Amino acid sequence: MKIEILKTLNEERAARRAAIVVTHQDSGEQRLVKAEDAARDPLKDILDKHFRSGKSGMEETPQGKVFLTVHVPPTRLVITGAVHISQALAPIAGLLGYDVTIVDPRTAFASIERFPDVKVIAEWPDVALPPLGIDRYTAFVALTHDPKIDDPGLTIALKSHCFYIGALGSRKTHARRVTRLKEERGFTDNEIGRIHSPIGLDIGAVSPAEIAVAIMGEITARLRQADAA
Amino acid sequence: MLARDEDILKAAEDWRKAGRGVALATVVETWGSAPRPVGSNLVIDDQGNFLGSVSGGCVEGAVVTEAIDVIESGKPKTLEFGVADETAWKVGLSCGGTIRVFVEKVE
Repeated sequence: MKIEILKTLNEERAARRAAIVVTHQDSGEQRLVKAEDAARDPLKDILDKHFRSGKSGMEETPQGKVFLTVHVPPTRLVITGAVHISQALAPIAGLLGYDVTIVDPRTAFASIERFPDVKVIAEWPDVALPPLGIDRYTAFVALTHDPKIDDPGLTIALKSHCFYIGALGSRKTHARRVTRLKEERGFTDNEIGRIHSPIGLDIGAVSPAEIAVAIMGEITARLRQADAA
Repeated sequence: MLARDEDILKAAEDWRKAGRGVALATVVETWGSAPRPVGSNLVIDDQGNFLGSVSGGCVEGAVVTEAIDVIESGKPKTLEFGVADETAWKVGLSCGGTIRVFVEKVE
C-alpha cells in the first residue's frame, strides 16, 4: 500500500467518513474510494453494497478479482430523553455497536445512576447536540414526549444527514408535532417525512424494552437496507 | 465493531513515517469458522514487531516471517492457512477454518 493511500485513509477515518480500499488481486494495484466519490465510480454498485453492509470482501469484476477493504465509522445513537425506554435502548444499542449519547436537561432524569456506562449530557439539545456533529452514521431518536426538549433536537437532526430520525408519540401527537415543525420552524412536509413516527417496527411492542427492540430493528433496517422505509 | 483496526492503520502510517520497513497483512478470504473476520489487519515492521491480529494468534508467527520477506522484496504475497489441526485444538484455538491473508509492503 502506498503511504499516500494509507495517509488519506487515516484522514477519512479520523473525520468519520467512510472509504474503501480496492485492491486488484492479480496486479496488486490499489486505489482508495471515498464514500463521496462512489457514485461516479465504475464499480459503483459493488461499492454501494459494501458501504452499506460495512463488510470487507472479495468481488469479481470485469477487470478481474478485487478485494475491498471497507472502513465505515462506528455508528452512533443520539437520544433526547433520559426516560424509561432509553434505559433499555442504550444497552441494546451498545450491543449492536453504537456509541450512545443521551441528552436531557432535566437533571433528575439524566443521572449517572440511571445510566451507567452511557454518555449522558444534562443540557438542552440546542446546546448539547451541535458539538456532537450529527452525521450520516448517526441515528437520532426523540423520546421525551415534551416538545420543549424534542422539537429543538428534531430540528437539528432534520438539518443534518443522519441516517435515521425517530420520534415517540401517537399519531395524534405526531400530527401536532408536524404542525409545530412546519409553522414554528419552517420545515416542509418532505423534510418532516424523514421522521419515523410512530417510532419503531410494528411488532406489537408493549414494554419499554420491547419498544427499544422495535426502535433498534427499525434503525438497523434503515442502516443496512437500501430500500428500507 | 467494524472499526477496531483504527490504531493498526494509524500505527502502519506512523511506523513508515518514522522510517521503519512496514508491511500490512489483511484477511481477504475465510472459509469455515475463521477466528477473525475478512478485513482484519496486522501491521508488521522489519524488526518483527507487530500489532493487530489476523487469526487470534494461530498463524501470526508465520505471517510475520513472510511479511519480513515482503518488506525486503517489495512484492505482495497471498498466504493461505488451514487453522484446523490437533495442535490448534490442544492450545484452545477452536478455529476449524481456513484463511487467506494478503501481505503488502507500505511504501
